[in-house]
Amino acid sequence: MAEVSTGSTQRITLAKGLNAGLRAAMENDPKVIVMGEDVGKLGGVFRITDGLQKDFGEDRVIDSPLAESGILGTAVGLAMRGYRPVCEIQFDGFVYPAYDQIVSQVAKIHFRSQGKVKMPIVVRIPYGGGIGAVEHHSESPEAQFAHTPGLKVVSCSNPVDGYFMIQQAIACDDPVIFFEPKRQYHADKAELDESLTLADADPLFSSRVVRAGSDLTLLAYGPMVKTAMQSAEAAAGEGKSIEVIDLRTLSPLDMGPVLESVRKTGRVVVAHEAHVNLGMGAELAARITEECFFSLESPVLRVGGFDTPYPPSRIEEEWLPDLDRVLDAVDRALAF
Amino acid sequence: MTQQAGTTADFPGPEDVFGPSHADGGPELVQLLTPEGERVEHPEFSFDLDDEAIKGFYRDMVLTRRIDVEATALQRHGELGIWAQLLGQEAAQIGSGRALAPQDFVFPTYREHGVAWTRDLDPLRLLGLFRGVDQGGWDPNANNFGLYTIVIGAQTLHAVGYAMGMQRDGVVGTGDAERDAAVVAYFGDGASSQGDVNESFIFAASYNAPVVFFCQNNQWAISEPFERQSRVPLYQRALGFGFHGVRVDGNDVLACYAVTKAALQRAHEGSGPTLVEAYTYRMGAHTTTDDPTRYRLSSDVEAWKLKDPIARVKAYLTRNGLVDDSFFEEIEEEAEQLGHHLREGCKALPDPSPLSVFDHVYVDQTPELAAQKEAYAAYLDSFEGAH
Ligand SMILES: Cc1ncc(C[n+]2csc(CCOP(=O)(O)OP(=O)(O)O)c2C)c(N)n1
Repeated sequence: MAEVSTGSTQRITLAKGLNAGLRAAMENDPKVIVMGEDVGKLGGVFRITDGLQKDFGEDRVIDSPLAESGILGTAVGLAMRGYRPVCEIQFDGFVYPAYDQIVSQVAKIHFRSQGKVKMPIVVRIPYGGGIGAVEHHSESPEAQFAHTPGLKVVSCSNPVDGYFMIQQAIACDDPVIFFEPKRQYHADKAELDESLTLADADPLFSSRVVRAGSDLTLLAYGPMVKTAMQSAEAAAGEGKSIEVIDLRTLSPLDMGPVLESVRKTGRVVVAHEAHVNLGMGAELAARITEECFFSLESPVLRVGGFDTPYPPSRIEEEWLPDLDRVLDAVDRALAF
Repeated sequence: MTQQAGTTADFPGPEDVFGPSHADGGPELVQLLTPEGERVEHPEFSFDLDDEAIKGFYRDMVLTRRIDVEATALQRHGELGIWAQLLGQEAAQIGSGRALAPQDFVFPTYREHGVAWTRDLDPLRLLGLFRGVDQGGWDPNANNFGLYTIVIGAQTLHAVGYAMGMQRDGVVGTGDAERDAAVVAYFGDGASSQGDVNESFIFAASYNAPVVFFCQNNQWAISEPFERQSRVPLYQRALGFGFHGVRVDGNDVLACYAVTKAALQRAHEGSGPTLVEAYTYRMGAHTTTDDPTRYRLSSDVEAWKLKDPIARVKAYLTRNGLVDDSFFEEIEEEAEQLGHHLREGCKALPDPSPLSVFDHVYVDQTPELAAQKEAYAAYLDSFEGAH
């Protein structure tokens, strides 16, 4: 094992956390199957499934033909047969050939069968930008799935959540679209306390206050949590107290902690890499407005990618919301 | 050349009842120039050009390889974000590309740098996508060469639709060689698994569309070997869709030319689609970010080195005294110039303006997006003032 263990804790990356989480899920349940393009010998292009085929065999770690609709369509059949497929989509932009199977089949079979057939499928999607890639490799399509009834949608932001959330998603009897911020895969390390079990982890479909504050609530998830934390830190230097919430779950939303925070701060900024138009921010703004209108001191502001296709990588850092753009929104909200 | 491993023979089935699930015998491979550089005859396909043309192919392949080498180096030096190498596939691309008539149209993947060369697209234009300054951006209609397509297989359907347009425009089967047009759809062995590719076969067959499906079977789809995608030689799939398929030695530029020419001839005259499987090998990594040592044996790569597409043409030219040293020196000189052009040109490719991202999203700019652009410009200006 590459990482050094010190006592019962280990410093891990998100990639390692997800890999260890997948491994644990496969050890705990023989019905868990990993499938996707290049997930076997190669361990996936991001190495998230590294070593799994070697240890669990080709029947449980399946290198699929190059066909995303095929991956999801066969996952449906495997799920009907009692398996728990964990499908890897190589990059966000390549989920669309599978979109029909996910939206028209995976999302609806439990409903259509009046609860007789479950679809405990996890679709892992490395998503988001910032890695200097060519087109179709940096997109954030989460809202398209969150908009689909029957699917649950989550996004992890850090190594420890990666480790627990992937196991919880696999244990979930509903289909879960699992968004992994690819630019975080090998970026930061965090302590994983190996004595913790799934029972100690926060529930999968829960949001979490990751920094307390009193002047404004900053909502983020996935890759934007890091930017949000940096923004809050910078704002603190200017005497502004920002509460940051890592949403973690996008469908269902966990509005409890969000509303509680907004009732305290009265101001909200939502940040995501995805386009602003009809993105997660739109739903959050609507819910906040509906549920705590009288607590609001300013309109809910959204910061996100522009309403254009993802740009060529040389200008992606300008396109993606960064610390400055988040702070700009924070300032606008506070000035209101 | 031998048949690949892992065919249906590994999976004994109830053949007594249903008969064999695959064609008998090994696949026949059309070859007109052996790895040793000897010309051989084939009963159906012949190379009908002269030695001058072969010299031209040689030049094309050397220069194409140079583009690949330069781009790979540019990636290593941080000038490109990524590069998809074509090393080993020069003959498949030059042979098929040179078989095209000017009015034919090409739908490429992301690896068709050699085909682009035959269409007179400045190779510098290819680098923009890999450098991250644009997403292609060349005019597909200027050189009848479509944009690179990264979503695997999508372009094969575009190719068929384009060919259907040609049918409706009355430029198929006129008997006028200057007029009759067709489309070539390029794709890989991995792509052959995609629904889009299979649907494109069906549409092409159904409408008898003038399209040549040119599959470069380079044996690998990133880490997955060909056997994961198909249990039969790919060219045999065509039969099930109702058209002809042929497997050609993808490292033999003469055979690739002759077979593509014949397939285009059929398309031009209105006889419909053909699947050409160019049997070749991806000598390099999948892209510059890939590490093939994780999944394949270097001995396989070594074996394919002996079938190098350029070496065999060189052997043919020298053995038959068709060229002297100056021929090679001149091409070397030209390659140097090309390399220089790419190195200097690449570094000079300007980064796009951040505001350019708002342009061309729509034909008619929406007021919303125009406002977004304006707001972003004002935001950027606020920093200018701060400095
Ligand atoms: C729809 C889709 N899924 C996955 C990918 C990621 N991907 C890029 S290239 C590739 C393998 C392609 O193999 P093949 O078709 O044989 O062409 P080659 O790259 O070998 O030329 C994969 C899986 C993609 N680009 N598009």
